[in-house]
Amino acid sequence: MKILVPVKRVVDYNVKVRVKSDQSGVELANVKMSMNPFDEIAVEEAIRLKEAGKAEEIIVVSVGPKGATETIRTALAMGGDRGILVEHDGETEPLAVAKILKSIVEAEGPGLVILGKQAIDDDCNQTGQMLAQLLGWPQGTFASKVVVNGNDVDVTREVDGGLETVKLTLPAIVTTDLRLNEPRYASLPNIMKAKKKPIDEKTPADFGVDMTPRLTTLKVEEPAKRSAGIKVASVEELVAKLKEKGVIA
Amino acid sequence: MTALIIVEHDNAALKDATLAVVTAAKAFGEVHALVAGSGCAAVADAAAKIGGVSKVLLADDAAYAHPLAEELANLAISLAGSYDAIIAPATTTGKNFAPRVAAALDVAQISDILEVIDTDTFKRPIYAGNAIATVKSSDAKKVITVRGTAFAKAAATGGSASVEKVAAAAKTGKSSFVGAELSKSDRPELTSAKIIVSGGRGMGSGDNFKLIDAVADKLGAAVGASRAAVDAGFVPNDYQVGQTGKIVAPELYVAVGISGAIQHLAGMKDSKIIVAINKDEEAPIFQVADFGLVADLFEALPALEKAL
Repeated sequence: MKILVPVKRVVDYNVKVRVKSDQSGVELANVKMSMNPFDEIAVEEAIRLKEAGKAEEIIVVSVGPKGATETIRTALAMGGDRGILVEHDGETEPLAVAKILKSIVEAEGPGLVILGKQAIDDDCNQTGQMLAQLLGWPQGTFASKVVVNGNDVDVTREVDGGLETVKLTLPAIVTTDLRLNEPRYASLPNIMKAKKKPIDEKTPADFGVDMTPRLTTLKVEEPAKRSAGIKVASVEELVAKLKEKGVIA
Repeated sequence: MTALIIVEHDNAALKDATLAVVTAAKAFGEVHALVAGSGCAAVADAAAKIGGVSKVLLADDAAYAHPLAEELANLAISLAGSYDAIIAPATTTGKNFAPRVAAALDVAQISDILEVIDTDTFKRPIYAGNAIATVKSSDAKKVITVRGTAFAKAAATGGSASVEKVAAAAKTGKSSFVGAELSKSDRPELTSAKIIVSGGRGMGSGDNFKLIDAVADKLGAAVGASRAAVDAGFVPNDYQVGQTGKIVAPELYVAVGISGAIQHLAGMKDSKIIVAINKDEEAPIFQVADFGLVADLFEALPALEKAL
């Protein structure tokens, strides 16, 4: 079985993003970019399935600017086999990305597509589910455990009330949550080897997908700030203050 | 215009998240509510009483006993033709099926909205809530998920909508429910609790959460945790408050042994009053706390329990 792992290049999760003064977006110039952390977990899960003999090949795909090649290389250094870059400067809305992925899935025929549950830039949490619908495939979103058994996959999902397990008929889509695994670091020899792994270069036009955004961002603002209150000296003072505010009896 | 909201429930009772969705949906004019479940007539009756809901669609079928995304999406898609907007709560159920509906309708989903400016324009958080985007949709039909804490709850009673049965949609049969490990608790649910007491990595162990439990029981509060505490295995994942956990906005939020990582703040900073108890006076949590107590939590929590 092949596994397709879509990855997104996003602002590194350690960067404190700043809203531009003209409210047109967030500052992206000279900001460290990295692989979306949920996608790293997806790459790791695919590698573990390959190591367990459940998969033969891992194809990493990214839709984004030229710089996304680096993101693909990172995934190849972790253990992916080959990459596909679908180069696009500008917005990459989940619906358009899902349409491109659908074409790639139809061409490559993977048994599983594993991807992050959401990207930490737009926080949409849509691409996996949209791809599943476009393909008519089942989905296991927010996965904390993935067990492949023959023609099925059991996915344990992190849901509001706790955990839930669903059985999906392969081929299927899995989106990753935080506790699925801890992604490995690529070793230096593997980083060197990854430089030789092939990356196909495509454009959205190759798949006949229109990237025109359906949503226009009118403005981006800082959230309302909370100001620090006061320090209390003791538990008794704290209780007295809360009673004063009427939040406890 | 008419919006169809998807009611969140457990086949016995309607979940509070639904009430905030009704409030958001009223901006579209008329609000119809879809109750999909199995043996869920009581939920449909409850939905019919929500103020502002003018019609309830009831799809009572074994296929909907568990909210499988594939089946729930197919049902919503089969009904979507008559509606200008399909609106679901941004819960794990809503997030699971709604994008499938959007993809089938070939529209962009607008996730996790905080405000409806008009029926094309919405505010939503990006970058873990560090920025708020105002977006305008060019799609004729809208598929939206709603952040429950950002909207007032519609009145749960007072309405008298009609209940109309609708047929189940064609089954995909490609997914099935195997089982669930749901946390059982007599305490209120995190997302609807008026008071929440949360513990972080500073708790040191799962066993020490007993100290939190004791305070929560005195206050009638829900118990939450930071991602660090969940990752450390102190408590199950459903305790997690934060960008990737639950978004909460109670009257009172007590953060104990929580440093205040951005991702945690994103999940609780809309709380009315925030209390922080931490021995590190430099902890970022104090920058958002109305009342900060620099203290050893192992002394402060028992003292707090006694003082309440």
